[in-house]
Amino acid sequence: MSHSVTTRQPGTTSGGPALEIRGLGKSFAVGGLFSRDSVRALHGVDLSIGRGEIVALVGESGSGKSTLARCVARLEKPSSGEILIDGVDVLRRDRFQASRAFRSQLQMVFQDPFGSLNPAHRVEHFLRRSLAIHGKTGGTEKETRQRLEKLMTTVGLEADMLNSYPHELSGGQRQRIAIARALAVEPQVILADEPTSMLDVSVRIGVLNLMRKLRDEQGISMLYITHDLASARYLADRTAVMFAGELVEEGESLDLLATPAHPYTQLLVSAVPDPSRAGSYDPVRRAELRQAVMASTHCAFDGDPNQACSAEEPVRHRVGNPENRHWVRCHLYRPWAAAGGHALASEPIQPGHPASNAQEEASA
Amino acid sequence: MTISQVSFGSHEPVLDVKDLTVKYIGDTRSTTAVDRVSFSIGTGEVFGLAGESGCGKSTIANSIMRLLKDPAKIAGGSISFGGKDVLAMSPEELRRFRWQDVAMVFQSAMNSLNPVLTIGEQIVDIFTTHAGYSRKESLRRAGELLELVRIDPARLRSYPHQLSGGMRQRAVIAMAVALKPSLLILDEPTTALDVVVQQEIMAQIKELQRELGFSVLFITHDMSLMVELSHRMAVMYGGRIVETAKAQDVYATPRHPYTQALMGAFPPLTGPRVPLTGLPDGVKFRNIPDLSEVSPGHFVAPFGADAPVIESANLEGATP
Repeated sequence: MSHSVTTRQPGTTSGGPALEIRGLGKSFAVGGLFSRDSVRALHGVDLSIGRGEIVALVGESGSGKSTLARCVARLEKPSSGEILIDGVDVLRRDRFQASRAFRSQLQMVFQDPFGSLNPAHRVEHFLRRSLAIHGKTGGTEKETRQRLEKLMTTVGLEADMLNSYPHELSGGQRQRIAIARALAVEPQVILADEPTSMLDVSVRIGVLNLMRKLRDEQGISMLYITHDLASARYLADRTAVMFAGELVEEGESLDLLATPAHPYTQLLVSAVPDPSRAGSYDPVRRAELRQAVMASTHCAFDGDPNQACSAEEPVRHRVGNPENRHWVRCHLYRPWAAAGGHALASEPIQPGHPASNAQEEASA
Repeated sequence: MTISQVSFGSHEPVLDVKDLTVKYIGDTRSTTAVDRVSFSIGTGEVFGLAGESGCGKSTIANSIMRLLKDPAKIAGGSISFGGKDVLAMSPEELRRFRWQDVAMVFQSAMNSLNPVLTIGEQIVDIFTTHAGYSRKESLRRAGELLELVRIDPARLRSYPHQLSGGMRQRAVIAMAVALKPSLLILDEPTTALDVVVQQEIMAQIKELQRELGFSVLFITHDMSLMVELSHRMAVMYGGRIVETAKAQDVYATPRHPYTQALMGAFPPLTGPRVPLTGLPDGVKFRNIPDLSEVSPGHFVAPFGADAPVIESANLEGATP
């Protein structure tokens, strides 16, 4: 990969990042058996997660964030790139499928807690199985029992819920069980793909708080995949923005969302409903941003002698204070026609105001 | 003459719901989904109904449209629209009432378009069936309608699958306002859409509302979105309204603990990162009393000593 990375610092603590993704790419074949067409879902993704750090991956549907999660979880075979855990390329170590060692380092929490727990088993079964498979039972039944109860306390549930079936629990409780199941393995990294989007709004915050607590108390690193910028800001130390299969911007969450540099990030931030800035919607500005995302002709960093712009090769520009580790990909760079298939391209770009038609309609 | 034309421009409430109670009747027990709910919507007003899944907000919308099916039964109360009793309408009156007076955009309505008919055919259908226009006239109006929601009229010949999700949702909204209803019910109109598209659709609805002057009943669980769009709003819990006031008042000073929990569930996009709590798991409010006015126009169900917070997992909700 010929990426010129300007700022690339290791994780916050010593020992390098917990999870590092280098130049990850994924293409899906489309068409018939003999077709050579493919869709590029991911291209040259570089992302690292430090120990005890939560990184949010945000983007709209179809931007490739779930594909990235599936590749990192080894549910999908990446076409290119490396996935490093503790500095070891797991794609090379376990070539064909994920090994148990890998699974004990990285666990997943999925979007749908209704589908991820087998309805025929009690809660205890899920947790006990996780412990047994990864050899964490502690040997004696008494020890196992203690661990089960401790897991339940950690995720904020009563120990007597171990005897419940999934259908007896609420969505929030089920998601906590799914998290407990991941924790049983004592992983370094948890991959959470939209863990709160199917939950009722009033319990979402509780699950986010739980994830934050696990980071603070147990030093677990997380990749938090979401389309909700506000929750990314609330939970994550750093946020990375994905557009058309590539990362376009990354930085400290507060800094990134306060001063978004890429037009796409600006578009996303401006679209979040926020009563404190009600009425901020400006169709003309919106059309400009869309235009900038789909066919930018100039980059905000044009003319900066230290950071040359390029339409041919992705260049990362540093934004603001280096402490914030905030970079943005050059606006000029177009990842071939990939962006053309994005949902934004098919929406109309029309700042015009059809007031005259409306009046006719009203009087008709 | 339709009811909409009679009531338009008056200061009478367009819709008046009084003590509405809806029950789901089961073999062994019944559940009260909506419990003595009262509210009214004025001409040109956007009224928001917020709450979580299962609180009864969609059931209210379906009762207003008289779309409830067994085992749901309206067990009490009244719904009047422009002075007419909706619950006493004959099937023929209902047919005219729906769409012409009150139109509804359902959750993921964009998937409710007929996949084997073009957008144009589906809009023309509305005009020929409900307004009795000729085919040619209908087609002209269908084109105008699409322009109103900023879709190229050439798209009349497109099939639904040829449009993006946002465009389909826009087309559905255009169809809903085709007959100039005086009330538009929006049941989670943007939940299936991405944020950028969501904001544009909401801006579109606001603009249409200003131009055509209809009232809106807006149902969602997203408090931020609701506060941005609504004039007045009500928060529902377990089939009851726990708080109702101007949207800005609810946003600035939520009084009921449940409203506060809902507000606390949406982290802000500006300012410092403060820990939020949301609603603790398992906390239930039961026997919610009637609303009382705490400040002008701000009604809250009394809580605290009168309505103790009980930890239980009672499925009956707020049945007294």
